[in-house]
Amino acid sequence: MITRLNVASIYVLDKDQALDFYVNKLGLEKGNDVRQGEYRWLTIRVPGEEGTEVSLEQPGSPLHDEATAEQLRELITKGALGGLVFITDDARGLYETLKERGVTDFTQEPTDHFYGTDMGIRDPFGNPIRILQQGKAATKATA
Amino acid sequence: MSREVEDFNRRLLRARDAMDRAYAEPMDVAAVAAVAHVSAAHFIRSFRAVFGETPHRYLQRRRVERSMFLLRETDRSITDICLDVGFTSLGTFSRTFREIVGETPSGYRSGHGPVVAPHCVQLAAMRPRVGVAEAAESSSFGEATAAIAS
Repeated sequence: MITRLNVASIYVLDKDQALDFYVNKLGLEKGNDVRQGEYRWLTIRVPGEEGTEVSLEQPGSPLHDEATAEQLRELITKGALGGLVFITDDARGLYETLKERGVTDFTQEPTDHFYGTDMGIRDPFGNPIRILQQGKAATKATA
Repeated sequence: MSREVEDFNRRLLRARDAMDRAYAEPMDVAAVAAVAHVSAAHFIRSFRAVFGETPHRYLQRRRVERSMFLLRETDRSITDICLDVGFTSLGTFSRTFREIVGETPSGYRSGHGPVVAPHCVQLAAMRPRVGVAEAAESSSFGEATAAIAS
Protein backbone atom coordinates (compact mmCIF):
# COMPACT_ATOMS: atom_id res chain seq x y z
CA MET A 1 0.00 0.00 0.00
CA ILE A 2 1.03 3.59 -0.49
CA THR A 3 1.97 5.24 2.79
CA ARG A 4 2.71 8.85 1.99
CA LEU A 5 2.65 11.50 -0.73
CA ASN A 6 6.31 12.29 -1.19
CA VAL A 7 6.53 14.88 -3.95
CA ALA A 8 3.96 16.93 -5.78
CA SER A 9 4.92 19.49 -8.37
CA ILE A 10 3.77 22.84 -9.59
CA TYR A 11 4.88 24.88 -12.57
CA VAL A 12 6.53 28.24 -12.03
CA LEU A 13 7.95 30.75 -14.47
CA ASP A 14 11.24 31.16 -12.67
CA LYS A 15 12.77 28.89 -10.05
CA ASP A 16 14.76 31.56 -8.22
CA GLN A 17 11.80 33.88 -8.00
CA ALA A 18 9.63 30.98 -6.86
CA LEU A 19 12.14 30.03 -4.18
CA ASP A 20 12.19 33.59 -2.89
CA PHE A 21 8.41 33.69 -2.69
CA TYR A 22 7.82 30.29 -1.13
CA VAL A 23 10.67 30.58 1.36
CA ASN A 24 11.02 34.27 2.18
CA LYS A 25 7.38 35.31 1.85
CA LEU A 26 5.37 32.20 2.61
CA GLY A 27 7.80 30.83 5.20
CA LEU A 28 8.48 27.38 3.76
CA GLU A 29 11.98 25.95 3.57
CA LYS A 30 14.11 24.76 0.71
CA GLY A 31 14.25 20.99 0.34
CA ASN A 32 16.33 19.64 -2.49
CA ASP A 33 18.35 21.86 -4.75
CA VAL A 34 20.34 19.64 -7.02
CA ARG A 35 21.70 20.47 -10.44
CA GLN A 36 21.99 17.80 -13.04
CA GLY A 37 23.30 19.24 -16.25
CA GLU A 38 20.93 21.99 -17.26
CA TYR A 39 18.19 20.62 -15.03
CA ARG A 40 17.71 21.88 -11.49
CA TRP A 41 15.76 19.70 -9.08
CA LEU A 42 14.35 22.23 -6.65
CA THR A 43 11.82 21.53 -3.92
CA ILE A 44 10.25 23.37 -1.02
CA ARG A 45 8.53 21.93 2.04
CA VAL A 46 6.88 22.87 5.29
CA PRO A 47 9.69 23.49 7.83
CA GLY A 48 10.49 20.71 10.22
CA GLU A 49 8.15 18.28 8.59
CA GLU A 50 9.04 14.93 7.09
CA GLY A 51 6.17 15.51 4.76
CA THR A 52 5.52 16.17 1.16
CA GLU A 53 7.95 18.19 -0.87
CA VAL A 54 6.74 20.45 -3.62
CA SER A 55 8.87 20.38 -6.70
CA LEU A 56 9.10 23.70 -8.54
CA GLU A 57 9.17 22.93 -12.22
CA GLN A 58 9.94 25.47 -14.89
CA PRO A 59 8.44 24.83 -18.32
CA GLY A 60 11.05 24.43 -21.01
CA SER A 61 14.12 22.44 -21.84
CA PRO A 62 14.87 19.68 -21.01
CA LEU A 63 11.28 18.81 -20.05
CA HIS A 64 9.40 20.51 -22.87
CA ASP A 65 9.87 21.80 -26.35
CA GLU A 66 9.51 25.56 -26.65
CA ALA A 67 5.95 25.53 -28.03
CA THR A 68 4.77 23.34 -25.15
CA ALA A 69 6.61 25.49 -22.64
CA GLU A 70 4.94 28.58 -24.03
CA GLN A 71 1.50 27.00 -23.67
CA LEU A 72 2.27 26.04 -20.09
CA ARG A 73 3.49 29.53 -19.25
CA GLU A 74 0.29 31.02 -20.61
CA LEU A 75 -1.80 28.62 -18.53
CA ILE A 76 0.20 29.34 -15.38
CA THR A 77 -0.30 33.09 -15.78
CA LYS A 78 -4.01 32.63 -16.47
CA GLY A 79 -4.27 30.83 -13.14
CA ALA A 80 -5.53 27.77 -14.96
CA LEU A 81 -3.20 25.16 -13.46
CA GLY A 82 -3.44 23.39 -10.12
CA GLY A 83 -2.31 24.88 -6.87
CA LEU A 84 -1.48 24.05 -3.28
CA VAL A 85 -3.42 23.88 -0.03
CA PHE A 86 -1.54 24.39 3.23
CA ILE A 87 -2.56 24.08 6.87
CA THR A 88 -1.78 26.79 9.39
CA ASP A 89 -2.42 27.07 13.12
CA ASP A 90 -3.31 30.76 12.84
CA ALA A 91 -4.83 31.99 9.59
CA ARG A 92 -5.38 35.58 10.67
CA GLY A 93 -1.95 35.90 12.22
CA LEU A 94 -0.38 34.53 9.06
CA TYR A 95 -2.43 36.91 6.95
CA GLU A 96 -0.94 39.85 8.83
CA THR A 97 2.56 38.38 8.55
CA LEU A 98 2.21 37.90 4.81
CA LYS A 99 1.02 41.48 4.37
CA GLU A 100 4.01 42.70 6.36
CA ARG A 101 6.27 40.69 4.07
CA GLY A 102 4.79 42.46 1.08
CA VAL A 103 2.39 39.84 -0.22
CA THR A 104 -0.39 41.63 -2.08
CA ASP A 105 -2.01 39.00 -4.26
CA PHE A 106 -4.69 37.83 -1.88
CA THR A 107 -7.61 36.18 -3.60
CA GLN A 108 -9.51 35.91 -0.34
CA GLU A 109 -8.98 37.39 3.08
CA PRO A 110 -9.33 35.02 6.06
CA THR A 111 -12.91 33.79 6.12
CA ASP A 112 -14.69 31.53 8.59
CA HIS A 113 -16.40 28.35 7.47
CA PHE A 114 -17.88 25.34 9.23
CA TYR A 115 -14.57 23.49 8.81
CA GLY A 116 -12.26 26.31 9.81
CA THR A 117 -10.82 29.60 8.60
CA ASP A 118 -9.16 29.89 5.23
CA MET A 119 -7.64 32.44 2.90
CA GLY A 120 -6.42 32.51 -0.66
CA ILE A 121 -3.37 33.99 -2.33
CA ARG A 122 -1.57 33.61 -5.62
CA ASP A 123 2.08 33.03 -6.09
CA PRO A 124 3.91 35.56 -8.30
CA PHE A 125 3.12 33.55 -11.42
CA GLY A 126 -0.61 32.99 -10.89
CA ASN A 127 -0.76 29.63 -9.13
CA PRO A 128 -3.54 29.51 -6.55
CA ILE A 129 -2.63 28.78 -2.94
CA ARG A 130 -5.09 28.24 -0.15
CA ILE A 131 -4.19 28.24 3.51
CA LEU A 132 -6.54 26.67 6.02
CA GLN A 133 -6.77 26.74 9.77
CA GLN A 134 -8.76 23.66 10.56
CA GLY A 135 -11.36 23.28 13.23
CA LYS A 136 -14.36 25.25 14.30
CA ALA A 137 -13.83 28.78 13.10
CA ALA A 138 -12.64 31.19 15.71
CA THR A 139 -15.14 33.98 16.11
CA LYS A 140 -12.46 36.55 16.83
CA ALA A 141 -13.12 39.56 14.67
CA THR A 142 -9.79 40.68 13.37
CA ALA A 143 -8.88 42.28 10.10
CA MET B 1 7.06 38.16 -27.16
CA SER B 2 5.95 35.26 -25.00
CA ARG B 3 7.09 37.14 -21.93
CA GLU B 4 4.69 39.97 -22.76
CA VAL B 5 1.78 37.57 -23.03
CA GLU B 6 2.63 36.09 -19.64
CA ASP B 7 2.90 39.47 -17.95
CA PHE B 8 -0.34 40.56 -19.51
CA ASN B 9 -2.19 37.37 -18.52
CA ARG B 10 -0.94 37.79 -14.99
CA ARG B 11 -2.25 41.34 -14.84
CA LEU B 12 -5.63 40.27 -16.20
CA LEU B 13 -5.72 37.49 -13.62
CA ARG B 14 -5.00 40.03 -10.89
CA ALA B 15 -7.96 42.08 -12.08
CA ARG B 16 -10.13 38.96 -12.19
CA ASP B 17 -9.08 38.16 -8.64
CA ALA B 18 -10.11 41.66 -7.62
CA MET B 19 -13.59 40.92 -8.94
CA ASP B 20 -13.74 37.65 -7.04
CA ARG B 21 -12.60 39.36 -3.87
CA ALA B 22 -14.87 42.39 -4.03
CA TYR B 23 -17.87 40.96 -5.90
CA ALA B 24 -20.24 42.26 -3.22
CA GLU B 25 -19.21 45.86 -3.70
CA PRO B 26 -20.23 48.26 -6.42
CA MET B 27 -17.61 47.98 -9.12
CA ASP B 28 -17.05 49.77 -12.35
CA VAL B 29 -15.10 48.38 -15.23
CA ALA B 30 -12.61 51.25 -15.28
CA ALA B 31 -11.52 50.51 -11.71
CA VAL B 32 -11.06 46.83 -12.45
CA ALA B 33 -9.22 47.61 -15.68
CA ALA B 34 -6.91 49.87 -13.68
CA VAL B 35 -5.82 46.82 -11.66
CA ALA B 36 -4.52 45.41 -14.92
CA HIS B 37 -3.08 48.80 -15.95
CA VAL B 38 -5.10 49.01 -19.15
CA SER B 39 -7.97 51.06 -20.51
CA ALA B 40 -11.50 49.79 -19.99
CA ALA B 41 -12.00 49.00 -23.67
CA HIS B 42 -8.71 47.12 -23.95
CA PHE B 43 -9.49 45.29 -20.72
CA ILE B 44 -12.88 44.06 -21.88
CA ARG B 45 -11.50 42.89 -25.21
CA SER B 46 -8.48 41.13 -23.86
CA PHE B 47 -10.23 39.64 -20.83
CA ARG B 48 -12.67 38.02 -23.18
CA ALA B 49 -9.88 36.71 -25.38
CA VAL B 50 -7.99 35.25 -22.42
CA PHE B 51 -10.81 33.98 -20.19
CA GLY B 52 -13.54 33.36 -22.73
CA GLU B 53 -16.17 35.73 -21.39
CA THR B 54 -16.53 39.43 -20.72
CA PRO B 55 -15.52 40.81 -17.32
CA HIS B 56 -19.14 41.81 -16.82
CA ARG B 57 -20.30 38.25 -17.31
CA TYR B 58 -17.52 36.92 -15.13
CA LEU B 59 -18.60 39.17 -12.28
CA GLN B 60 -22.25 38.23 -12.80
CA ARG B 61 -21.41 34.53 -12.56
CA ARG B 62 -19.43 35.12 -9.39
CA ARG B 63 -22.30 37.06 -7.86
CA VAL B 64 -24.82 34.46 -8.93
CA GLU B 65 -22.64 31.67 -7.56
CA ARG B 66 -22.43 33.44 -4.21
CA SER B 67 -26.20 33.98 -4.23
CA MET B 68 -26.69 30.27 -4.94
CA PHE B 69 -24.53 29.55 -1.92
CA LEU B 70 -26.60 31.84 0.29
CA LEU B 71 -29.85 30.41 -1.06
CA ARG B 72 -28.66 26.90 -0.21
CA GLU B 73 -27.03 27.60 3.12
CA THR B 74 -29.04 30.37 4.75
CA ASP B 75 -32.64 31.42 5.15
CA ARG B 76 -31.98 35.07 4.31
CA SER B 77 -34.60 36.67 2.12
CA ILE B 78 -34.02 36.81 -1.61
CA THR B 79 -33.91 40.61 -1.47
CA ASP B 80 -31.22 40.51 1.20
CA ILE B 81 -29.22 37.96 -0.78
CA CYS B 82 -29.52 40.07 -3.92
CA LEU B 83 -27.95 42.99 -2.05
CA ASP B 84 -25.42 40.76 -0.23
CA VAL B 85 -23.82 39.65 -3.47
CA GLY B 86 -23.59 43.06 -5.09
CA PHE B 87 -26.75 43.46 -7.14
CA THR B 88 -28.59 46.68 -6.50
CA SER B 89 -31.91 45.82 -8.07
CA LEU B 90 -34.01 42.76 -7.41
CA GLY B 91 -35.26 42.80 -10.98
CA THR B 92 -31.74 42.64 -12.42
CA PHE B 93 -30.76 39.95 -9.93
CA SER B 94 -33.75 37.74 -10.73
CA ARG B 95 -33.37 38.15 -14.47
CA THR B 96 -29.62 37.51 -14.39
CA PHE B 97 -30.05 34.53 -12.08
CA ARG B 98 -32.67 32.99 -14.37
CA GLU B 99 -30.57 33.64 -17.42
CA ILE B 100 -27.49 31.98 -15.92
CA VAL B 101 -28.96 29.21 -13.78
CA GLY B 102 -32.08 28.44 -15.76
CA GLU B 103 -34.48 28.77 -12.83
CA THR B 104 -35.62 31.46 -10.43
CA PRO B 105 -33.81 32.13 -7.13
CA SER B 106 -36.76 30.76 -5.13
CA GLY B 107 -37.06 27.75 -7.42
CA TYR B 108 -33.37 27.06 -6.94
CA ARG B 109 -33.65 27.44 -3.18
CA SER B 110 -36.50 24.95 -2.87
CA GLY B 111 -34.64 22.39 -4.95
CA HIS B 112 -31.24 22.53 -3.27
CA GLY B 113 -29.92 22.03 0.23
CA PRO B 114 -26.50 22.70 1.70
CA VAL B 115 -23.43 21.31 -0.06
CA VAL B 116 -20.76 19.82 2.18
CA ALA B 117 -17.53 20.84 0.49
CA PRO B 118 -14.80 23.33 1.34
CA HIS B 119 -15.31 26.92 0.35
CA CYS B 120 -12.70 26.88 -2.40
CA VAL B 121 -14.26 23.78 -3.94
CA GLN B 122 -17.67 25.41 -3.92
CA LEU B 123 -16.28 28.62 -5.41
CA ALA B 124 -14.93 26.66 -8.32
CA ALA B 125 -17.27 23.75 -8.72
CA MET B 126 -20.64 25.31 -8.01
CA ARG B 127 -20.06 28.20 -10.34
CA PRO B 128 -22.74 28.23 -13.04
CA ARG B 129 -21.45 27.15 -16.41
CA VAL B 130 -20.90 29.68 -19.12
CA GLY B 131 -24.25 29.73 -20.87
CA VAL B 132 -25.01 30.00 -24.52
CA ALA B 133 -27.18 33.06 -24.01
CA GLU B 134 -24.15 35.15 -23.21
CA ALA B 135 -24.43 38.89 -23.20
CA ALA B 136 -21.31 38.78 -25.27
CA GLU B 137 -21.30 42.34 -26.47
CA SER B 138 -21.80 43.78 -23.03
CA SER B 139 -19.19 46.41 -22.49
CA SER B 140 -19.48 47.63 -18.95
CA PHE B 141 -20.72 46.76 -15.51
CA GLY B 142 -23.75 48.84 -16.44
CA GLU B 143 -26.31 47.27 -14.17
CA ALA B 144 -24.44 48.09 -11.00
CA THR B 145 -23.46 51.63 -11.84
CA ALA B 146 -26.78 52.49 -13.47
CA ALA B 147 -28.72 51.24 -10.50
CA ILE B 148 -26.58 53.21 -8.09
CA ALA B 149 -27.07 56.37 -10.07
CA SER B 150 -30.84 55.95 -10.04
